[in-house]
Amino acid sequence: MDEVLQVDGTCMTVFVPKELDHHNAEGIIREADRVLERENIHQIVFDFRDTEFMDSSGIGVIMGRYHNINLVGGYVSAVHVNERINKLLHLSGVYKLITISKEQGWSDKGNKKGEYYGKHQ
Amino acid sequence: MIKGIRKGNTMENTNEMTIEFDSRSCNEGFARVAVAAFCTQLNPTLEEVADIKTAVSEAITNSIIHGYENEVKKIRIECQVTEREMHITVIDHGRGIENVEKAMEPLYTTKPELNRSGMGFAFMEAFMDQVLVSSELGKGTEVHMKKTIGCIGGIFE
Repeated sequence: MDEVLQVDGTCMTVFVPKELDHHNAEGIIREADRVLERENIHQIVFDFRDTEFMDSSGIGVIMGRYHNINLVGGYVSAVHVNERINKLLHLSGVYKLITISKEQGWSDKGNKKGEYYGKHQ
Repeated sequence: MIKGIRKGNTMENTNEMTIEFDSRSCNEGFARVAVAAFCTQLNPTLEEVADIKTAVSEAITNSIIHGYENEVKKIRIECQVTEREMHITVIDHGRGIENVEKAMEPLYTTKPELNRSGMGFAFMEAFMDQVLVSSELGKGTEVHMKKTIGCIGGIFE
């Protein structure tokens, strides 16, 4: 399996797996929080390029990470968001807390998996 | 077309499926895919299949986390299709819900420390046409969901 997390400077990218349910969420939360504790992270990017299924557990993952990083003044974004994921983000209200990009690349730079997305704003 | 499987006899126009499995989180994926596969006989759109998968996933997750509190017991899913309607009932024999109305409020969760969003029932209600919850403390919970599948041309046509 590909790496789930990638840290680049103060930016952590979470490559969300194919299915993000309660079962998968637990592992991602554990891994992400471990990195957040040890490193100086200011931006979390959730990359949904491979994600075909998500339920409210995924919303919980995003909300929890938002809460953690908000304490240190950081921010959260979601990239490669498909229609389905976008619907869930809007239904749950999480879209108010994070920046959502449906584009294939976050910036001109980050288009392939593993590349740096670049800071937004 | 086989004679006799024609409208009028309601028993002939239904199809049922029941699965029972351990309340382990690794079974969540299997269970929702099984229900989704069963509903394909109604010729659903991809979106309708995704709706059903999400709703079933929410109900099972509730049973595992809240009903059984991670104890390994049995979860039962009963599915029934009638004409264009899909009925799904998710049954657990866990601790039950003290206040169903409160539990169904969006963003209300009793387990925020587990990174639960409190959106489970809200998603079920958003993606299904009807959600009925009956629960008794110490006895368990039954979540009944109904969805009408839009496309015409199921197996009974």
